[in-house]
Amino acid sequence: MDFYFGLAQLIGVHTLLGLSAYIVLLTGQVSLAQAGFFAVGAYTAGMLTVLGGWHLVPALGASALGGAAVACAVGFPALRVKGLMLVIATLAFGEGVRLFFFNFDYQIAKGDIKVGPLGGEGFRQIRYFPENGWSTGEVMLFIWLFVAAALALLWWFDRSRYGTVLRAVGEDELAAQSVGINLTAVKVSAMTVGGAIAGVGGGLYAHYTTHIEHASFNILVATFAIAYPIVGGLRSVFGTLLAVVFVQGVLVEGLRFMGDWRNLLFGALILLAMNLRPTGFLGGRRA
Amino acid sequence: MLELRALSRHFGGVKAVDGLDLKLEAGQIFGLIGPNGSGKSTTVNVVTGLLAPTSGSILFRGEDIGALPTHLRLRAGIARTFQNIRLFGQLSVWQNLWVAQNSAADLARQGFLARWLGGQGRVREEIARLLEFSGLAHRQDELAANLAFGERRRLELARAMAAKPGLLLLDEPAAGMNSEEIGQLRERILKLREAGVTILLVEHVMELVMGVTDRIAVLNFGQKIAEGTPAEIQAHPAVRKAYLGGGSA
Repeated sequence: MDFYFGLAQLIGVHTLLGLSAYIVLLTGQVSLAQAGFFAVGAYTAGMLTVLGGWHLVPALGASALGGAAVACAVGFPALRVKGLMLVIATLAFGEGVRLFFFNFDYQIAKGDIKVGPLGGEGFRQIRYFPENGWSTGEVMLFIWLFVAAALALLWWFDRSRYGTVLRAVGEDELAAQSVGINLTAVKVSAMTVGGAIAGVGGGLYAHYTTHIEHASFNILVATFAIAYPIVGGLRSVFGTLLAVVFVQGVLVEGLRFMGDWRNLLFGALILLAMNLRPTGFLGGRRA
Repeated sequence: MLELRALSRHFGGVKAVDGLDLKLEAGQIFGLIGPNGSGKSTTVNVVTGLLAPTSGSILFRGEDIGALPTHLRLRAGIARTFQNIRLFGQLSVWQNLWVAQNSAADLARQGFLARWLGGQGRVREEIARLLEFSGLAHRQDELAANLAFGERRRLELARAMAAKPGLLLLDEPAAGMNSEEIGQLRERILKLREAGVTILLVEHVMELVMGVTDRIAVLNFGQKIAEGTPAEIQAHPAVRKAYLGGGSA
């Protein structure tokens, strides 16, 4: 049973990662920065509970704020560039964050051991859950509480004027400007909300794995983040959820018995899925 | 209402608009005509802020708006349509109008949260009026991408009107229309004037321009070669030459 709880935890955290890219993608921006915001959230929450002795919930709040603040700061310069240039700029940011944590040491003594991030060796012993006696099932439910909240928030956005404006910007920036939409404000706000969601996801990730390091936030994670809403489609937030279940549940775990052939089949199945549903599982019609 | 003073926009060595002076009085329908490439669309793009002028100034209601970004010019009261229709294709007809409600009055009327996070209920009446005006009420839930050509033109006009503009720039609104549709467009333009909207009409279709405008300016190679009432323009030798080309008219 613990295996399935563990898988559900992973799917939950990756759904948050995917949703953070979803809202940015609505405005037509392909961002590879989401892994960076995820990392900021992970280290923030981990350091606050382990070094600061905080309760997890306010620590996750700090993760959200940290992710949002960094995303907002990145948003202003990054969103001035478009298309491939934006992909490269956000990729560079994500790698910058990873390298920062690769070199980041901040350890304090706690009893007879030292805890905290230690550069390339990573940040071990984020033991909030085991120390407080949470079972795997409880942790899973806790994670899904946040997933449900993020899904609900973005679902609401989609029905509001805000979400509709995001889509308008994604469709045609020139027309959006011309009907009075402030492109910078809209794009930066989407990036900021995405940063907050990725930050919370990172905070949860740090605590259920108990060990994070720079490699947990590499280009592969950034690619997964943007792949989920693309595979899932932009018609609804549930597309992203479906895509995470498909990729993490079916492809990564379901194909484990294939051994080394898994990665090959993994790519082939994604290609097949995108050929069958070019606009994603829950994609719009293209007229 | 709108005044352009020695407005120029160059692309490298090409002088798309070159020292243009124009003055639109409030309530006028002002025609801007000229052969292809004469600088009409560039003028519209400079007035709405999509292109920066190379030199010269743009005054709207007496104030220099040359430094305002596009979305603030809209809020100040300048709306437009595009020559090659730019709708939000994957949004419904209704949503296309909803996202375009960005006038200063709309901002003042609604609180921030109600404006951005409120549902579709609050603004129904106003959008219903726009749908009525453009004859698209029965299509309101259709994706804009699925509309027929004439409907797309009508929706774009309604979308520009959603911002309650004082000045409306129409960039070849009759392109590709049959004469029945042109007749309907003419009715709509006249209705807008009755509502007090000043209109800059960029158009090739003479049937429309000569019928509705109060005054016309003719561009050729970025420069104004003539200005006057429709009757004066039709008789103007330089205009006939620019349009018909070649020999002395």
